[in-house]
Amino acid sequence: MASLLKINNVTMQFGGLRALGDINFEIVEGEIFGLIGPNGAGKTTLFNCVTGVYAPTEGAVEFDGAPITGKRPDQIVEIGICRTFQQIRLFPNMTALENVIVGADARHKTSVFGALLRSPRRKREEAHAEEEALRLLDFCGVKRFANDLGRNLSYGDQRRLEIARALATTPKLVLLDEPAAGMNPAEKNGLRDLVRKIRDDGTTVLLIEHDMKVVMGLSDRVAVLDHGEVIAAGLPEEVQSNPKVIEAYLGTGASGAAGETDEPGVADEDTASSQQQSATARQPEGKS
Amino acid sequence: MAQNTNLRVYLDNNYPKTSGRLPDGVVKVLQGPFALWFKIGYGRYLFGLLIMIAIPILIDPEIIPAFEGLDSPIPFIQGGFGIRVLVVTGIWILLALGLNVVVGMAGLLDLGYVAFFMLGAYTTAFMTSSGGDDQFHIVVWPNIASLPFAVLVCVLAGVALGIPTLRLRGDYLAIVTLGFHEIVRQTANNLTITNGSRGIPGIERPDLGFPESIGGFSTEFGVLSSHTYWLFLLIPAIILAVIMIRHLEDSRIGRYWTAIREDEVAASAMGVPVVKMKVLAFAIGASTSGVAGWIFAGYATFISPNNFPLLYSILILCAVVIGGLGSISGAVLGAILVTGLPEVVREASGGQTVFGFDPETGRIAIFGFLLIVVMIFRPGGLLAPRRRRVELSEAGAAEGVIVDESAGKQKDQLAGSATLTETRQKGDT
Repeated sequence: MASLLKINNVTMQFGGLRALGDINFEIVEGEIFGLIGPNGAGKTTLFNCVTGVYAPTEGAVEFDGAPITGKRPDQIVEIGICRTFQQIRLFPNMTALENVIVGADARHKTSVFGALLRSPRRKREEAHAEEEALRLLDFCGVKRFANDLGRNLSYGDQRRLEIARALATTPKLVLLDEPAAGMNPAEKNGLRDLVRKIRDDGTTVLLIEHDMKVVMGLSDRVAVLDHGEVIAAGLPEEVQSNPKVIEAYLGTGASGAAGETDEPGVADEDTASSQQQSATARQPEGKS
Repeated sequence: MAQNTNLRVYLDNNYPKTSGRLPDGVVKVLQGPFALWFKIGYGRYLFGLLIMIAIPILIDPEIIPAFEGLDSPIPFIQGGFGIRVLVVTGIWILLALGLNVVVGMAGLLDLGYVAFFMLGAYTTAFMTSSGGDDQFHIVVWPNIASLPFAVLVCVLAGVALGIPTLRLRGDYLAIVTLGFHEIVRQTANNLTITNGSRGIPGIERPDLGFPESIGGFSTEFGVLSSHTYWLFLLIPAIILAVIMIRHLEDSRIGRYWTAIREDEVAASAMGVPVVKMKVLAFAIGASTSGVAGWIFAGYATFISPNNFPLLYSILILCAVVIGGLGSISGAVLGAILVTGLPEVVREASGGQTVFGFDPETGRIAIFGFLLIVVMIFRPGGLLAPRRRRVELSEAGAAEGVIVDESAGKQKDQLAGSATLTETRQKGDT
C-alpha cells in the first residue's frame, strides 16, 4: 500500500510557543490512523497545518507524492483532503441538505458564465449535487433531517452532518477532529460503525480522538502527540503499553496502572471537560 | 423524496416552515409576480419584453403617435414630474440590486457603494462630454460606446477594493468602504481633470442609432431626449440584472456566498475559494452600479461630486435592508420605497403643514420613522428571503439553548478567525 499523506519534519511556531516540533509520520492508503495526545499536545494544530489553515514554520506535508505545504484550504480540498472541526462548524442557517451540497459543489466546475447562462453543465451538476447530498445524508444516517436547519439538529447529528459535508467533497483522506466528543455511548458506537463504513468505501481516515475505546477499537495504527512531539507510534496495543504514553496521560508515578488497557480512558473523563478551556486558552496569542 | 432536476424547486417545496409575526400570505402576494415570472420558463423573456414596452406606454402614452394628447392613466405620475421620479427609481433599483449581492448574499457590509455608481458616471462623462472647457476630455465618443467602459471601470474598482479588504469583515469592512467612497468623492472634488466641484457638463445622451421612422412610427427615442424614453433603457437593464443575479443565486456561486456569510472558516475548509468569491461579489455588485452610473450620466447630462453624497450610500443600504437582505424582489421593492415614498409624501401633502410640520422638508424624517417601524415588525425586511425568514422566526421561537450555542459559536469563530488571519500574514511575509 502506498503512503498517502507524509508529514516530514513539520514544525509550527507561534511566536515563542513551539506548538509542533519536528513531526514525522506517514499515513497509508486505506487505513484508519488515530492521532491521540493530551490537550494542548498540538493535534488540531497539525490538522490545521495539513489542511492549509496554517503554513508550517518548517517542514513539508506531502499528499499522494506531491507537496501541499503553503496551499490554501480550498486548494487542499480540491487535492483531496477534507476535515471536520473539533467545535462543530456547520452553516447553521442552511438546511442539512444545503450544507452537504456546498461540500459537493467543491467538485463542480460551473463558472460564473455557466451560472449566468444556465449552461447544461450547471443543470447536470445541480442534479448531481442534490443526488449526492441525499446519498451522503443517508450514508451518515441523517437523511431524515435533510430539510432541517443545521443548527436545529442534535449534537450527535450535527457531528454526523459535518462528516457528510466533508465526504461530499469526495476526499481521498478525511480528517475527523474528535468526532465522538460529547456523544453518549450509543452514539459513539454508531459513529464507530460510520467511520469503518467510510474506510470501507475507500476513504482513508485520520482521526483525532480522546475516547480511548473509540480510538483503540477503530485505528489500524496510532500516533501519540505530547508537547508537540510524536512520543509513540505504531499498532494500538504497542502504543497503549508504552510507558511514555502512560506518563503523558496520567503523569509520572502512575506507571503501576500500565497493565490496564482502559486506564487512559479514565483520564479522558477530566481531560474532556477541560478541553473547552484549553482550546480557548491556547488562542490568546492569536486573538491579540 | 423525489429526485428533482431543479434544486430550487426542491428547496422551495421542502424548506422549513416559518411562523413569522406577519403572515407569510402577505409576502406571497408581494413576491407573487416575481415567483410567477420565474416559473413560466423561457416565456419569461417574452413577458419581460412585454413589460418593457408596456410600462413606458402606460406612463406616457404620447410616445405612440396615435395616443397624442393622452395623459397617463396612473394618477401619481401624470404630468411629467412622475416620470422623472420613475427614472430615478429605476436607477436606484439597479443600485439596490447590485448592493444586495454584496451585502445580502455575500454578507460583506459595504457603506460606500455609491462610489461605484460615481465611477460609472464619471467614466461616461470623461468619454462623452462635449460641453464646457476642454480640459477634462479624454475622448468624445458616442454615449453608447462608453457603457462597456463604465461597467469595466466599476468591476475593476470592485476588484481593487475587494482584494485589500478581504481579511476584514463586519464593522471593519464597513469603515473601509465608507473611506473608499470619500476617497473617490474627494478625488473628483479636487482634480482638475474632473473639473472639481463644478462638475462635468454637456454629457452626450445615448443615440441608439435607429432611423428616424420605421414604418410610419417615429422613432425619435433613438436619441433618449424625453424622460420616458429612458425607461426603454432602464427596464431592460433591470430585467437583465434580475435574471443574472437570480441565476447566480441559484448556482454554486450563490451557495458559496451564503456559506461564506454563514461561516467563513468552515466554507474555506469545504473548498470554497473565499477570496475569489468575495472579489466576485464585489465585482458583480459594482457592475450593476456601472450601468446605473452610465444611465445617470447620460440622463442628467451634468454630474458633479455633489450628486453622489454619502447619504445615498446609506439610503441604498436602507433600501436593501427594508426590502430584505438577500432578496432580489426585496431590493426592487426597497428601492421603490426609498425613492418613491418621499415623493409620494410630498405629493400627498400638497404643500400643507401637518401638525405644524411641513411634510416636504420633513420627508426624510418620516421615512426614517417608517424604517424603524418596518425593522421592529419585520426584522428580516418586507420581503425577506426564505432563509432569513426561517432564521428569524426560529430565533424568536426557541431561545434558551440555541441562543447559548450560537453565542459560543460566535466566540469560537472570532478566536478562530483571528488566528487564521495572523498566520496568513505570517505566511505572506
